[in-house]
Amino acid sequence: MLDKVLIANRGEIALRVLRACKELGIKTVAVHSVADRDLMHVRLSDESVCVGPPSPAESYLDIPSIISAMEVTDADAVHPGYGFLSENSDFAEQVENSGFIFIGPSADTIRLMGDKVSAIEVMREAGVPTVPGSSGPLDDNKERTLSLAKEIGYPVIIKAAAGGGGRGMRVVHNEAALMKAIYVTQTEAKSFFGDGTVYLEKFLENPRHVEIQVIGDGKGNAIHLGDRDCSLQRRHQKVIEEAPAPGIPDAIRNEVAETCIKACKNMNYRGAGTLEFLYEDERFYFIEMNTRVQVEHPVTEMVTGVDIVKEQLLIAGGEPLSIRQEDVKITGHAFECRINAEDPNTFLPSPGEVKMFHAPGGPGIRVDSHLYSGYSVPPYYDSLIAKLISYGLDREQALMRMQIALDEMLIDGIRSNIPLHKDLVRDAEFQKGGVNIHYLEQKLKL
Amino acid sequence: MDIRKVKKLIELLEASDIAEIEIKEGEEAVRISRASSSAPAVYSAPVAAAPAPAPVAAAAPAAGDDKPAAPVTSGHVVSSPMVGTFYRSPSPSSPPFVEVGTHVKVGDVVCIVEAMKMMNQIEADQAGVVEAILIEDGEPVEFDQPLITIV
Repeated sequence: MLDKVLIANRGEIALRVLRACKELGIKTVAVHSVADRDLMHVRLSDESVCVGPPSPAESYLDIPSIISAMEVTDADAVHPGYGFLSENSDFAEQVENSGFIFIGPSADTIRLMGDKVSAIEVMREAGVPTVPGSSGPLDDNKERTLSLAKEIGYPVIIKAAAGGGGRGMRVVHNEAALMKAIYVTQTEAKSFFGDGTVYLEKFLENPRHVEIQVIGDGKGNAIHLGDRDCSLQRRHQKVIEEAPAPGIPDAIRNEVAETCIKACKNMNYRGAGTLEFLYEDERFYFIEMNTRVQVEHPVTEMVTGVDIVKEQLLIAGGEPLSIRQEDVKITGHAFECRINAEDPNTFLPSPGEVKMFHAPGGPGIRVDSHLYSGYSVPPYYDSLIAKLISYGLDREQALMRMQIALDEMLIDGIRSNIPLHKDLVRDAEFQKGGVNIHYLEQKLKL
Repeated sequence: MDIRKVKKLIELLEASDIAEIEIKEGEEAVRISRASSSAPAVYSAPVAAAPAPAPVAAAAPAAGDDKPAAPVTSGHVVSSPMVGTFYRSPSPSSPPFVEVGTHVKVGDVVCIVEAMKMMNQIEADQAGVVEAILIEDGEPVEFDQPLITIV
């Protein structure tokens, strides 16, 4: 069991990690920027270390500062949360080289999954269904590129190997536009990610975003915890997520989940991870794997009863998986609304003092948030301020409870997207279930 | 709390102009005040860890206290530009860079903050006389933590 964990993150996820540590009797060190001295988890942690000025580059992303903080506090391990350094293989490597434990997969695994081309290769070998594509990076051979695209069939999408999360992509509808689009994407990729390698995939017109949660113990054991549907997105940012993904035949989802386990075992995957898919016409297509805990992990926790963050801590401490696949039961349904400090119509950020915060409650309601009355949301970081999660015995009840809870929730003093969520949970199409990834943007345009 | 630590705190107090110092470490707290005769060390028992719903100072800051209780210093503060360990001398066997009362010019090295085996020399950014040395030799410091003051 780990003795002391340094939490290299902020906001709600840092609080989430702190809570799991406390449950396991693990001492906590909160690192924070100058702007984050008043974060809830900083006040609750056993020790805290200020690691830099407000800018993320000089604080939460500053690897020497984080490692130095581990040294001076004598922490065993670091939990990177999500975002920031959580999928930075250099960070994972430096942490391990300095004699500490990185709570997550090995640096090599992070690197392998971080390169989208090699990730697809690994998945293909394990039998995970992938999007028809170039099966590798594009080269200088124009003829080869054109013929690959023809074989895949237009429309195609050009993706940066070092990209991900919706960045570094371009859709091409016909052959005439292909080469120029590739050139532009390569230049952008080189500039944003330091690597201009691109590959091609079939562009699916109206898919849903369905992802599968996995956990491995790095000792050859891996399980899945079911799927989530995250199709309600705006500009590639998820807005509402749910578990399980509605309307998918069990035989199909179970078959794909099995291939995910195989891939994890092949990689000897250690820690929590998520395989993201596009789902269309009852077929799954792998797009990328995230080697960290995700924002939307609570919906999986609600329907399985498994504490994913605790499992991360136990595995990092050297324990084998405490759950077997046959023990995993998906019961009921859960939703999560991402509450952001932003204008509900313009989506402009709205930092500032939260004069009054009131969290909803009642059966099946969970709120993961670092807010408290009097807390000031700083302008330097992303706008996620709360996750409102509802659970019900079926999808209808979970959605009803979410509607009730949104009406109860109060965040006064700043703008939030609660009004948008209230609208979405009453949306007729969303209530039916199974909307695709374009639905929200189309709805917002109207 | 270690009795040697308390003793060192008493020494620190006596060597400076500070009237009172309070240190929290985990659930333990010590307050030492300058009194007329003897050096009183008030040791308070560990506080039950039950943060109130409105978490006001429920948890402890890092060892090294980033919020000095009532330091009676008026001078210009030299703060730490990084996380690390504070050292007063270039090496264990050398004399300290500065003492209280040392005259410094801009650019003079006043202490070291070590991180990941690299010794970073911290320079005075103002000329004057060292008024107070706020951190003990070998103590950890965080970003922006006041190290010494210059008048």
